[in-house]
Amino acid sequence: MLRYILLRILQAVPVFFGTTFLIYFMVFAMPGDPILAMFGDKTPNPAVLEALRAQYNLDKPFIVQYLLYIGDIFQGNFGISYSGREVSEILVRTFPVTLKLAVMAVVLELILSISIGLFSGIRKGKFFDNAMLIISLVLMSLPIFVIAFLAQFFVAIQWGWASPTVGGNTAWWNMLLPAIVLALSLYATSMRLMRGSTVETLGNDFVRTAYSKGLGRRRVIPVHVLRNSLIPVVTNSATNFGILIVGATVTEGIFNVPGVGNTLFQAIVRGERPTVVSFVTVLVIFYVFLNILVDLLYAVLDPRIRYV
Amino acid sequence: MSKQIPHFVAPVDSTPVAEVDSVKLGDKPGSLWRDAWRSMRRRPLFYASAVIALVFIVMAVFPTLFTQVSPTQGCSLQYSNAGPQGDHILGFTRQGCDIWARIVWGAQTSLAVGIISTVLGSFLGVLFGIFAGFYGGWIDSVLSRVGDIFFSIPYILAAVVVMSVLSEHRNVWTISLAIGGFAWASVARILRSEVLRVKNQDYVMAAIALGRSRFTTMMSHVLPNSLMPVIVVTTLNLGLAMVGEATLSFLGVGMDASVMSWGNDISDAQTTLRTAPMALIYPSIALTVAVLAFIMLGEVLRDALDPKARTR
Repeated sequence: MLRYILLRILQAVPVFFGTTFLIYFMVFAMPGDPILAMFGDKTPNPAVLEALRAQYNLDKPFIVQYLLYIGDIFQGNFGISYSGREVSEILVRTFPVTLKLAVMAVVLELILSISIGLFSGIRKGKFFDNAMLIISLVLMSLPIFVIAFLAQFFVAIQWGWASPTVGGNTAWWNMLLPAIVLALSLYATSMRLMRGSTVETLGNDFVRTAYSKGLGRRRVIPVHVLRNSLIPVVTNSATNFGILIVGATVTEGIFNVPGVGNTLFQAIVRGERPTVVSFVTVLVIFYVFLNILVDLLYAVLDPRIRYV
Repeated sequence: MSKQIPHFVAPVDSTPVAEVDSVKLGDKPGSLWRDAWRSMRRRPLFYASAVIALVFIVMAVFPTLFTQVSPTQGCSLQYSNAGPQGDHILGFTRQGCDIWARIVWGAQTSLAVGIISTVLGSFLGVLFGIFAGFYGGWIDSVLSRVGDIFFSIPYILAAVVVMSVLSEHRNVWTISLAIGGFAWASVARILRSEVLRVKNQDYVMAAIALGRSRFTTMMSHVLPNSLMPVIVVTTLNLGLAMVGEATLSFLGVGMDASVMSWGNDISDAQTTLRTAPMALIYPSIALTVAVLAFIMLGEVLRDALDPKARTR
């Protein structure tokens, strides 16, 4: 087990350097002088240009720039946002809100997808199953911002069941609508996986054994089928984090939730390139980290993985 | 694929006897594609999604077949957010342009980005996947690690970075590059595992034993036999890439604001969501229906080509 954990963490090292390098490379190897761009149409004093270049390490070779940047990240310094605030300071303030929203969304999504997926799998080919499959396809093709706008318009504005924007009040009931929207964007793939895995588990010999030794459905379904069908859903939640990050950006922007995603959303919409890059880097590092965590969870759930 | 063995003897408990008896001996063993076509033809979902996809493709190529109204000329602010009237069946946008005409002309952008980025993504994915899977060894290690890196960045986020860097050059090509350039890693993974399976088959061994070079064997035997899962995923990716384009345009880093695209129209209409929701809802419906058609097509194709993954 320990060997697997170490191996998995070791595998993440090149990914960490690769992703940060890629993002850094994309931004700084692109045409255009970022320092000159700061001045717009004005012609700046060459001395000022030199000083700024030195400040941002742009006078050094590219690889040295990147290493200095990585060094900064390891010290918890993710750069400075457009408004002059430290990115790490903004993160400390906004992260709890996003975490709360994400946890709400993931819990909702798991409850929905596992229960409906299980039921669909048991009743494979029946009306309920077909209806749920069609709904999941529709949800897959609805972009998250469309779901968000529809929810905002109908649920909040037309029917008045929730406030259209969250604003400063981040109590859980006030964030329920964005959390549901986020959950719906994650739901489809999980539900389909759960359904498929339930169908597969039901065909196993141990299920037949359980039935033939006289156990009822009430015991076989939750204990034998549900537990063994959960693994693909857990693995998929790692991939789902990617959707969650993009989804949180859009949802928080639309519902004005004061979280990390909203900060990124505002920065993208206003075209504040340095802020966008710092936040994307943070989110990608976070994503890599979560992927390791899910892989380890997977190893706990499925003992066979340990010796791979 | 592997050779077909006619199943004359079936386990009695799972197959009714009548079904076993109904095997027609005169039938030619169908090829994979003929079998797939036969099973697709039976599904109403296939016809529905194919027809819708076709309508959108025709709409993209010949927009004038669908509307006589110009989407940009003759916009008049006196019709700002007005309801349907006369030729303008869906009403007007905030700028007083015809919503239906803009939907029709916006299909081009969406489909172009979807197709170009998917072709690019599939090409890169196939390239990385086949070399990694077939050659193995250090080539596999290097290519798979590169794939891991691209796989570890949610591709919309990567595309946001690329597009905000390329803010001067926002067009169909750069967006397709941004989406396709980051979405290929999943294709590469799928193809690699398929190639690993196929390369140990006897016919590959035979080709090498007969003196074919490794590269020719790879191109003429391994590639065609392992492409199937990629074809399925490609249809699905086409739909997802269209969602990606709309999301980028919605965030303001997609198409230039002057280009007609569903994402731009949705983005423009969000400020008047309270007063004129239809200007937002109609392009959203167009986008969803088009994406749905391609996703369903992928679904039907997968069911037909891969009986193991069959959903019903």
